[in-house]
Amino acid sequence: MGAPWNQRAARRARRLERLAPLTRGREIAAADIIAALEAAIEPGDRVCLEGNNQKQADFLAESLADCSPERLHDLHMVQSVLALPAHIDVFERGIANRLDFSFSGPQANRLARLVEERRIAIGAIHTYLELFGRYFVDLTPDVCLIAAQAADADGNLYLGPNTEDTPAIVEATAFRHGIVIAQVNERLERLPRVDIPADWTDAFVVAPRPNYIEPLFTRDPAQITEIQVLMAMMAIKGIYAEYGVQRLNHGIGFDTAAIELLLPTYAESLGLRGKICSHWALNPHPTLIPAIEAGFVESVHSFGSEVGMENYVAARSDVFFTGRDGSMRSNRAFCQTAGLYACDMFIGSTLQIDLAGNSSTATLGRIAGFGGAPNMGSDARGRRHASPAWLRAGRERAGDAIATRGQKLVVQTVETFREHMAPAFVDRLDAWQLMEDMGMDLPPIMIHGDDVTHIVTEEGIANLLLCRSAAEREQAIRGVAGYTPVGRARDARMVENLRDRGVIRRPEDIGIDKRGATRDLLAARSIKDLVRASGGLYDPPRRFRNW
Amino acid sequence: MERFTLSLPSTPCARADAAAALCGVVSSGNLEILVDRGSMADRCDIEVNTSAHGFRDTWEAVLADAVARHAAGGLALAINDAGATPAVVSLRLDQALEALEDRA
Repeated sequence: MGAPWNQRAARRARRLERLAPLTRGREIAAADIIAALEAAIEPGDRVCLEGNNQKQADFLAESLADCSPERLHDLHMVQSVLALPAHIDVFERGIANRLDFSFSGPQANRLARLVEERRIAIGAIHTYLELFGRYFVDLTPDVCLIAAQAADADGNLYLGPNTEDTPAIVEATAFRHGIVIAQVNERLERLPRVDIPADWTDAFVVAPRPNYIEPLFTRDPAQITEIQVLMAMMAIKGIYAEYGVQRLNHGIGFDTAAIELLLPTYAESLGLRGKICSHWALNPHPTLIPAIEAGFVESVHSFGSEVGMENYVAARSDVFFTGRDGSMRSNRAFCQTAGLYACDMFIGSTLQIDLAGNSSTATLGRIAGFGGAPNMGSDARGRRHASPAWLRAGRERAGDAIATRGQKLVVQTVETFREHMAPAFVDRLDAWQLMEDMGMDLPPIMIHGDDVTHIVTEEGIANLLLCRSAAEREQAIRGVAGYTPVGRARDARMVENLRDRGVIRRPEDIGIDKRGATRDLLAARSIKDLVRASGGLYDPPRRFRNW
Repeated sequence: MERFTLSLPSTPCARADAAAALCGVVSSGNLEILVDRGSMADRCDIEVNTSAHGFRDTWEAVLADAVARHAAGGLALAINDAGATPAVVSLRLDQALEALEDRA
């Protein structure tokens, strides 16, 4: 037994002793995985199950859900994303009862039901970076179950292009005497590169099938609408060009995919190559291929990879971060940090915006969370380095006062009505009702109004930095809210006054002819066009192949 | 389906006599606008056929703004809508009416 000051090490030794009969070297046979998990994990443990919006330790998740609730119970799950049915199964089957997480998109309905039935206690919903931070403070995992591409006999791991959360999770677990178990797709004699050294890991299992990866950032250009083209033109000419935005992050979705596809065409025609969009914190979006090929892009650092982009990324190593083996290296924790501190702009879409500019993708009956968006879409008040875009935004906000700091540009781009005539502008966010229904401390707001600098709709751009009162801000928002009830309740005179001051700008105010907003402006109009633009290097997932 | 007609005041269109245009297509989330000669020089006759119910108010607001922006007097617009958002409706109206203004 260890000395009183080293209980965690002693506890770890006990677990490894129980695990030993189930391993050959570091390897657990797939058939023994449930017994191995029951040996390594103890009731009440804090367990981190790796899974985010892309890579999933799916075999370990399903195996954990199949463990005996008599052996394993009262687990406290800490994980980035609840995406798989098994993530909810562990709660429904009585194995776990506490949860701290970031995002639960696909399982948001089942999660809300468990909360209503009081079968799960949610500690908090975090951003990715916030959750990773807590892994090193008060939510350090006792055991982590991770996904890797390959292991060697010693237990070194190769993570491949989808490095994602793994280094952050393993670092927190391994260096506080936790147990690290990996599922791998294959065992190799020699790894292409070592991403996690063997002395940070304890055991691995070759999963019966490769770990699941969601092609989350693939947007088919065929689905981009003319309205999205119009809004992309407005964003490029009215914001990117005006502020000279060189370092940025784009959200997921068709609105920003349209912007990416307009860089080599519309932005090029405005002479903006080299003046905007040189450096990105972004997953390898297939829709960025034409801009990269056109020489718009100097560098891209990524949270994760994207299915089908592996060969393209490897062949463009001047642009992307790659290892000595040639394949991509991504890292969610570092890329989130880059998005927070080293980018001058975030632009993304949302589901609802209120009169103060607060925006949320939370809707009734679903507990979804926001992943990385709140970090990307917020001004980092600890930032100290200047850039022209950041300084200009800070000065606009300060007005007549002296600006002592800049401001990140946080842009929300939304069509005023979503599908089925659901208005994007509302008097009250669904988030408030959700807070009441779920007994939360705060409404789940994705991006706070005081961080939002611009709102782009088909009607125009509202520059909230130039608003000098809450009333002006409200009218600036109403003034681009189109025919939604919020938009129709505008004070027309005040809106015209804001337009005269440049707080609101219509397409014609910035020299955009709406009739020019056609799909012909897109540098690629289909997935096949993207493949062609990549010189055949991009290999889209089957579901995106329709030829 | 919901169907209604409107007659709205608008600046006379110089090309109303020869007006004949088609803009857009009837596909999900889209609409077509057929432009023809109308009955009165200072009014725009509009017939709306829409797959969405209960948005007549919104239609009237979108249409009133469009014929105020453009010279649409003397025209008749037939709109066949398959659930387009007001953004798309406005854009199509601009496309259809500006095309006539350009040729004037």
